[in-house]
Amino acid sequence: MKMDRREFLRSAGALVVSFSIPLDAPAQAPAPARAQQPNPRLQQLDAWLAVGGDGTVTVYTGKVELGTGVQTALAQLVADELDVPFERVHMVMGDTAVCPNQGPTVGSQTMMRAGPQLRQAAAEARQTLLGLASAKLDQPAERLTVKDAVVSAPGGKSVSYAELVGGKKFDHAMSGKAKPKSPAELKVIGKPIPRVELPAKVYGTHQYVQNVRVPGMLHGRMVRPPAPDFVVEKVDERAAKKLPGNVRVVAKRNFVGVVADREEQAIKAARALKIQWKQAIALPAMKDMPAFTRGTKSTEHAVASNGDVDSALKRAKAHHAQYYVPHQMHASIGASCAVASVTADGATLWSPTQSSFNLRDAVAKTLGLAPEKVHLIWVEGSGCYGHNGADDVTADAAVLSQAVGKPVRVQWMRNDEHGHEPKGAAMVMDVRGALDEKGNVAAWDYQVWSPGHAGRPSGQAAGNVLAGAALGQPHKLAPNGADRNAKPTYVFPNARVRLHLLQSTVLRVSSLRGLGSPANTFGNESFIDELAAAAKADPIEFRIRHLKDERAIAVLEAVAKLANWEPRPAPRRPKSGEGRGVAFVHYDNYSGYAAVAMQVHVERASGKVRVERVAVAHDCGQIVNPDGLKNQIEGNIVQTLSRALLEEVRFDTKKLTSLDWARYPILRFSDLPREIDIALIDRPDQPSLGAGEPAAAPVMAAVANAIFDATGARLRNVPFTPEKVKAALV
Amino acid sequence: MTTINVNGKPHAVKAAPDTPLLYVLRNELDLDGPKFGCGLAQCGACTVHIDGRAMRSCSVPVSTVKGKVVTIEGLGTPEKPHPVQKAFIEEQAAQCGYCINGMVMTAAALLARNPKPSDTDIRKAMDGNLCRCGTHMRILRAVRRAAGEAA
Repeated sequence: MKMDRREFLRSAGALVVSFSIPLDAPAQAPAPARAQQPNPRLQQLDAWLAVGGDGTVTVYTGKVELGTGVQTALAQLVADELDVPFERVHMVMGDTAVCPNQGPTVGSQTMMRAGPQLRQAAAEARQTLLGLASAKLDQPAERLTVKDAVVSAPGGKSVSYAELVGGKKFDHAMSGKAKPKSPAELKVIGKPIPRVELPAKVYGTHQYVQNVRVPGMLHGRMVRPPAPDFVVEKVDERAAKKLPGNVRVVAKRNFVGVVADREEQAIKAARALKIQWKQAIALPAMKDMPAFTRGTKSTEHAVASNGDVDSALKRAKAHHAQYYVPHQMHASIGASCAVASVTADGATLWSPTQSSFNLRDAVAKTLGLAPEKVHLIWVEGSGCYGHNGADDVTADAAVLSQAVGKPVRVQWMRNDEHGHEPKGAAMVMDVRGALDEKGNVAAWDYQVWSPGHAGRPSGQAAGNVLAGAALGQPHKLAPNGADRNAKPTYVFPNARVRLHLLQSTVLRVSSLRGLGSPANTFGNESFIDELAAAAKADPIEFRIRHLKDERAIAVLEAVAKLANWEPRPAPRRPKSGEGRGVAFVHYDNYSGYAAVAMQVHVERASGKVRVERVAVAHDCGQIVNPDGLKNQIEGNIVQTLSRALLEEVRFDTKKLTSLDWARYPILRFSDLPREIDIALIDRPDQPSLGAGEPAAAPVMAAVANAIFDATGARLRNVPFTPEKVKAALV
Repeated sequence: MTTINVNGKPHAVKAAPDTPLLYVLRNELDLDGPKFGCGLAQCGACTVHIDGRAMRSCSVPVSTVKGKVVTIEGLGTPEKPHPVQKAFIEEQAAQCGYCINGMVMTAAALLARNPKPSDTDIRKAMDGNLCRCGTHMRILRAVRRAAGEAA
């Protein structure tokens, strides 16, 4: 049955909105919420770091290590500012009892926003220590020097940090007057210091949350419906309760889990539960998803506008294209896990969350406890790339523990993680454009249909964890991320960017690496390539002629050099099936810059795309750890190649079907490019920007542009599976 | 009662006979090196050696284990690292590290039977091990380095 837009609108409007966006969403394009709540405690130096009696420095940060290397990079900042050997700096991360709330670990913002906070605290500590040393050594502070945590006076007298303040509090209010060091004074920042936690990961001794065991702990497993928007009609626990292991079934409203003495017993008990589910809302057919997305009830927001787009489009031949990126998943290798110990007095949670404080509040709300009664201890989990099942499983463990009165560990099974982690949003990008008589862009009219991408839990949105939602807490999807990189960096005489913010989503959605940026960059960087081809211009030269931002131009020039780019228009369509493509991003329009050039081979008979070589030029300001940075860039490239070539969350109208690695394949070693070459542009005089996401954003477009160069076929729907490529070739 | 030999020591298993080896290693022997990833033998995070072969411990019932089991804890230690572990550290070949147990164990088993693998051999041997952080290029470099140094 073919549905027209109106019918889509009607059917979408009739949906019971289970994941609604708050009605007070701002009328203008939403800006990411970046401001931290003022907290008087954070004005105290002791909130940030402490010097031990043995001379070690303990740093407290609300940011956490997600496998990106920030534990090492943040420690580098402190070691350098404080003149302490790197090895003596220890990081305590994400523990709500002792760490400052620096907001969730998201958005490539740790080095950019938390980094300066820690540098400032360390500079302040150094200044304070110099003051104490000045009194002790009877010399003015200006004449003192510091090396390896020892303050020396000109005559040779010295005193160590440990002697000055070891084991004691600074008791010093941050003045904001201490100046972080200038680039020339830095010795640790900029060095490829090996990752502190990496050896333990290689010896199998690293403490992941999956390894946490507490006395008297029981094992829990969850039972979840075939898709979102199901309710429990009946739970038959008879078979499960006959199994060994003191099986207890916890069924409240739409929350169903089991607890048993041993892990394998809990798994069997969960499988033995018989649940009658009722679907409240059918899922749309997958083939209709682009149209369904466009037709979903939305509010329109102006993101950017200059000139007169409509007139300019009328004056010249208009080009038009629609692009689609489907729901994709975080697909963590480790299924999420957490441990909770809940008593009448309070709760302790061991969680791999990206947002310790907000999750603590959400769990407290779900349990009916005051937030200060809940202590969340962050423990590293499997990589999470935005927002995997980490928060959900923490709430699961808490609810089960509260129900049985014992500590409970919940390890999600693979189908739990694939099926029920929050998904990256499906998005439609529609672009119209026109060239002037010189072959320059005369008009650019960009529209994106996307929900908000920020589905993290909080005290006000305790339903953003599955357990909270199952128990009736409200779900809120904040508008952040939908328009990330919707606005092009290019300067066009007539341009308009509009966001259609969707009011409901098909699947439960939250932040996936880059939020809206990979999809918006796919739209923008594919379409500029389409216009470059129409103008018969070289794709890099065409981009640069529309740019004013010097750093943007620099990454494009650097990637051209690295890739030995030979200027010519696309497509070439050689018999060999080889093609090259480029794409670029100024991440979030204010953060790091990345340009990516790809060389691909398209096998015409099968439609299989093999990425042969990747060149990346990257500028994220001052580089703190170049090797850690390269590791992040390589990861961004490989992960997003996987998203570009293979990934789409699949379902039928009644159930999710992407429930394991066979049905949601990701890139394997045999699919890898031969090389990923990286050119790092270091700007020591510029603030450090994030590196966790920028290089991901241009990947989809770079691949599509390379396929176009190889074949003349334009792939506008992610992923570029062999079937789709083959169909486009005909 | 089933008895298994793990890292050179016998262990009397308390779990039911059909329990996957992985749960016994983690919950009875406190060997947390092998990881639960999928429980379906699809990702490789749980890989251990049984008589020198890389096996998916999540899908091997403990009662069927007759050979000698070696986990990553038995493969090498900071004091006495296996060449593969040394190479992974030198190449900084990890991000979140959750897959790394499987990567190290699979690579070690490969090098034991083929000390001079070609790049294609390495990619083929590692193909069943999934990594989501995208650390693949470094992992390949580490395996090549280990092969070079062991040779």
